[in-house]
Amino acid sequence: MNLTVNGREHEITSAPLTPLLHVLREELEITSPKAGCQQGGCGTCTVLVDGEPRRSCLTAVATVDGASITTLEGLGEAESLSPVQAAFHAHYAAQCGFCTPGMVVAATALLERVGGPVEREDILDALGGHYCRCTGYVKIVDAVMAASRGAA
Amino acid sequence: MRGAYPSCLTKSTNTRRIGGMAAEALIPTSPEEAASLFGEGENLTVFAGGTILLPEIAAGRLKPTRALMLHRSGLDALDTAGAVIRIGAMVTIASLIDATDDLLTRFAEQVADREVRRNATVGGNLCASPGIGSQRGDLGAPLIALGARVRSTGKGGDRTEPVEDFLTGDRSGRLVLSIEYDRPTGRTASEMMRRRHAHSYAIVNVAACQTNGDLRVGVSGVGPLAVRARSVEQSRNPDDVLSDVDPVSDALASADYRRKMLPLLVRRALDQLGSA
Repeated sequence: MNLTVNGREHEITSAPLTPLLHVLREELEITSPKAGCQQGGCGTCTVLVDGEPRRSCLTAVATVDGASITTLEGLGEAESLSPVQAAFHAHYAAQCGFCTPGMVVAATALLERVGGPVEREDILDALGGHYCRCTGYVKIVDAVMAASRGAA
Repeated sequence: MRGAYPSCLTKSTNTRRIGGMAAEALIPTSPEEAASLFGEGENLTVFAGGTILLPEIAAGRLKPTRALMLHRSGLDALDTAGAVIRIGAMVTIASLIDATDDLLTRFAEQVADREVRRNATVGGNLCASPGIGSQRGDLGAPLIALGARVRSTGKGGDRTEPVEDFLTGDRSGRLVLSIEYDRPTGRTASEMMRRRHAHSYAIVNVAACQTNGDLRVGVSGVGPLAVRARSVEQSRNPDDVLSDVDPVSDALASADYRRKMLPLLVRRALDQLGSA
């Protein structure tokens, strides 16, 4: 099996039914997708599969053989944050940070899909499957609204 | 065996090895090959979207030895253009929502969240084993109300039957190929009760269709399987639904609560149809 992860191609040796999450974290040592509930319920393992957000804990690696995967590592660098990352930073949208990879990946896909300013309701719909136990969501929603308007 | 990965690819190196992850994977590339590999379904775990099975496998609670993985099987054809809507078993809930706008869509939009709906399939929703903390199979109610038919294969060959008959039959011995229903021409009604929580299954789902005086009512969420409320269809009395369904208690609601809410939701659905 093969995966292109953040632009780099990898041959995968994990068994076909291995969750994509474990392939990323343990075989490829890409650790931004977090192993949270591992039942699809918390959202922090979310990655982009061919541009669309999916739960890596619910996705058997064989079912995405040949796909292009984007994780948080593929969105920006510490010196050049992506617009969503910069907005999360500016709006204090991360506290412990455990949910942040999934939030940022899903919010990035929302902004790509809409291509312009998004409203609160769009964000609640897009991030409805992502749990944060620290922030109360207010700053996360603020950050995504700001990023969609070109502001950090 | 055709479709199976060579053994060199089923060996993991530095990844964790939990029981079933190392199952022999059969990956058919056509519906015919899927049917042939399924055979009579003996000693085989059918893997569709994985939203229910993969957590069980990863946690070591389910240890399949052979997995029939359907993602390349071509069972994902979706035809919504004609008078009969045809939905392949591997159509995801997300693509169903994108392609349809009817009674089924209203319930599909309530399934989990956007990301999970990109994995979850219609066939998997019909074949889900009963849940432990809550009930499953939220699409059962609208499919029953729409008079949907399930085409499946397995022992004795292909079979097409009403969804309510499929649900009460031996599902583990059948491979769902597709689901079809006539485009609704009459009035439809939906009533849902659920927690405000993206991943909550329904507490009570009621769907109803009325076509030329013919009423069909489906109920899901109240017990392990969706049920056709035949008593209500005949009497039009919402309270009769409790002779069709025996609500259960789970983590979401008590049986007592469901017994009180179910007739209320049936009444509202019938009111929507103007036939109460």
